[in-house]
Amino acid sequence: MNRELKRVSILTLLMVGTLLVSTTVIQYFAADALNADPRNSRTLYESYSVERGPILVDGAPIAYSEPSGDNYKFQRVYTEGPLYAPVTGYIPVNGEATGIERAMNEYLSGQSSSQFFDSVNRLITGQDPQGASVDVTIDPVAQQAAWDALGDLQGAVIVTEPATGKIIAMVSKPSFDPNSMVVHNGAEVQQTFDALLADPQDPLFNRAIGGDMNPPGSVFKLVVAAAAFESGEYTPESTLPNPGSFTLPGSTSVVTNAGGGRCGGGEEVTIADAIRLSCNIPFAELGIELGDTAIREQAERFGFNVTHAIPMESEASVYPRGLDDAQTALSAFGQYEVRATPLQMAMVSAGIANGGIVMRPNVVDAVIAPDLSPLESFERMELGRAVSQQTARQLTDIMISGVESGAASNARIDGVSVAGKTGTAQNGTDDPYTLWFTGFAPADNPQYAITVLVEDGGGLGQSGFGNLIAAPIAKQVLEAVLNE
Amino acid sequence: MSNRAGTTAAVPPTGGPPTSGVRRIHLPQKLRNIELALLLVACGINAGAIVLVQLGALGAVDTQLILLGVGLSVLVIGLHVAMRFVARDADPFLLPIATVLNGIGIAEIYRIDIAFGDAGWDSAAVRQIAWSAIAIVAAIAVILIVRNHRVLFKYTYLSGLVAVLLLLLPLVPGLGREINGARVWIGIGDIATFQPGEIAKIALAVFFAGYLVRNRDSLSMVGTKFLGMRFPRARDLGPLLVVWALSMSVIVFQRDLGTALLYFGLFLVMLYVATSRLSWVLLGLGLFFAGAIVASQTLGYVNARFDNWLNAFDQDIYDAVGGSFQLVQGLFGLANGGLIGTGLGQGRPDITPVPQSDYIIASLGEELGLAGLFAIFMLYALLVARGFRIGFAGQDDFGKLLGVGLAFVVALQVFIVVGGVTRVIPLTGLTTPFLAAGGSSLVANWIIVALLLRLSDTVRNHPRLVIDG
Repeated sequence: MNRELKRVSILTLLMVGTLLVSTTVIQYFAADALNADPRNSRTLYESYSVERGPILVDGAPIAYSEPSGDNYKFQRVYTEGPLYAPVTGYIPVNGEATGIERAMNEYLSGQSSSQFFDSVNRLITGQDPQGASVDVTIDPVAQQAAWDALGDLQGAVIVTEPATGKIIAMVSKPSFDPNSMVVHNGAEVQQTFDALLADPQDPLFNRAIGGDMNPPGSVFKLVVAAAAFESGEYTPESTLPNPGSFTLPGSTSVVTNAGGGRCGGGEEVTIADAIRLSCNIPFAELGIELGDTAIREQAERFGFNVTHAIPMESEASVYPRGLDDAQTALSAFGQYEVRATPLQMAMVSAGIANGGIVMRPNVVDAVIAPDLSPLESFERMELGRAVSQQTARQLTDIMISGVESGAASNARIDGVSVAGKTGTAQNGTDDPYTLWFTGFAPADNPQYAITVLVEDGGGLGQSGFGNLIAAPIAKQVLEAVLNE
Repeated sequence: MSNRAGTTAAVPPTGGPPTSGVRRIHLPQKLRNIELALLLVACGINAGAIVLVQLGALGAVDTQLILLGVGLSVLVIGLHVAMRFVARDADPFLLPIATVLNGIGIAEIYRIDIAFGDAGWDSAAVRQIAWSAIAIVAAIAVILIVRNHRVLFKYTYLSGLVAVLLLLLPLVPGLGREINGARVWIGIGDIATFQPGEIAKIALAVFFAGYLVRNRDSLSMVGTKFLGMRFPRARDLGPLLVVWALSMSVIVFQRDLGTALLYFGLFLVMLYVATSRLSWVLLGLGLFFAGAIVASQTLGYVNARFDNWLNAFDQDIYDAVGGSFQLVQGLFGLANGGLIGTGLGQGRPDITPVPQSDYIIASLGEELGLAGLFAIFMLYALLVARGFRIGFAGQDDFGKLLGVGLAFVVALQVFIVVGGVTRVIPLTGLTTPFLAAGGSSLVANWIIVALLLRLSDTVRNHPRLVIDG
């Protein structure tokens, strides 16, 4: 009997061993995969059960968490939801987070490696876990001014500091209330999300850094002119033929200037005047002479064709490869398949304002631990030199004259010299234009670079243009920040 | 004592207490003192667990439940005191292990009550405490009434009859209750429901032990040799076929796969230990798996259990009614616990359906982690090992077999439940001994502990009698 008993004992041991193995596999080896399963609501609840850190503007929260008394433990609140939606984003109970909530989630939720010892300490002392707060670079005055100036138009405004890359205003319209996306009811969130998604005006887009990108139109001429001056073969005084119409090579399509006719008087026109008056034909010619490779390389030095983490990922602005002469000619005044975000155009203006060096754009100023000790502070970082100091100077002068006596005159501010360039881009034969302004002020000591994007023709179809609609918005915002 | 029990006779003598007519040496009760010390530790752990649950889930200490827990501790100490008089040489580890398992179970059930917002008689923990009290009183009664386990040998066939009647009870119209698809409960009004099958497993163990000791010769000696193994004669297959038919009818009529597996596994192991014939085990396993495969093809619920097991993460099966939602949520809970768990009162076991009964082990795994589960498994292993020890050291075959059977039924039940929760085998509805919410299970398992205590007392008694006598 004892021999059999021994075997039964071994069988029982094997049974125990099996359970030890099966629980180890589940709780240790497969735990990460199980926790990552989208059906695992525990992981979701877990991410809510820490008191998420606030997002601060000038020390005041624009997003914070308060006890909710339900399974999620905390309710996220956005104090000025629509105004700051492009910055904060939202973190819903189902679906993906966006904005700073997504990009800085590790810090806000207290999971970052720099908070490791703090979380261990809290585990031992039994304190509830708490996330760090994220201080953003947004200036509330600039943000409000940009919000007010854009009014009911569909578009975006972005204001940066040329010397640091700090984003001090980022507005996108139409906006939405992120509070509606963080209610603790998955079905309701889904319903809100579907409705926002179905809205033809796409309120969920952050048009400042993405969305359906627009052709930059004439504001792209700054990039082409930069490429020309950098080549060493052109100066602002270099002249180009000035016909009344231009037939694209290998095609029957005809390019005209915005006002029709020649660009100013005369058989020839300088590059400086072509920018100031925003003429298309000279730039079509200049583009063909430079070639698409030189223009693309210049565009990429300003930051085209890659995404930028601000820390939200921007859409990569596009200057396409492998263009023929006709396509290059159209691209040279920001048409064809060239696309740009306001962020990208702000980087062009800021680069020019900063003596040719483009700074990495960034919206996070500092991360502060719950005990108020700084965890991370973001140093300004160079993206690289886009143009020489001389080219920057030359472009600045042209942009100043554009505002003083050219196509960007509506951005003029009494007592302050403003540098700027407008754009009026075509979308389809009958579609409303996209209107732009990009520039900086004060021109002699640049503090702020601004880019204004207005989609849908500013409500005027094909009769609106950059100087009429975008330039006054820029002026209004610049006045507000300069008067601070 | 006319002869040394079990050493020569297959049928042990029955009679009065083994110590009658023998002068006992009154040594200090070393074993009982060990037991008392361990019991105090166990009660301390249990009180600590309840306080931790309250701190974790409520953020404050509420004395009401602790007082109820103190009441239980008094009862357990009562059992201990009874043993000082009637089972002074019983194993000192069984009672503390059962106590700590029962207590941790109550703490976790209480924790889930808090999550569900249940209080008063709605609170599963309060009912569990009431049932624990009944179970411990039943254990005290068993230890006081059954002074010698060989009494049970006399009631072999009566036990068999009782087991069958208990199994049939839920099928009686008006008395039986169907919960979650399985018809294994009986209920009187709305007051209480009871699972007679839990008690039946004890009666079955007694019956199997008595029957096998009586008939082991005919079951083990004769037969034809085939493939190097001696297979039984056709007419000796009777008992195996009867138990098999019983198990299959549990699957078909009561729709309870786990109970069927439990009974049949118990029978096979006792049969093997009694007869030393591996051929019996192979025959039995063959029969059972053939039956299970036929059942999985023909019975919808068995088929679904297999589907849930094999394709748990398939979205269709996950979403299906009676699908793998519970299984997968249990796995998520375990994963959430990780190595050291979330801490008592700080996980979310309430997301998984029935976290306090079938899924108590997943709830504990979430809050106590892998470390906590290992500790619980070791407690079970120790409990079972103490039972097997009776089998090794026992003096009479009936006692040996009964000890092994009772210990193994606990081991097998844990394996079936935890194996089901952790996807080793298809999930079946069985209670986790001592831990899970459920009165019948508690009463049955405390009676098993009482019987093992009684058996171990006899084992401890014998060598001294030999020296003394």
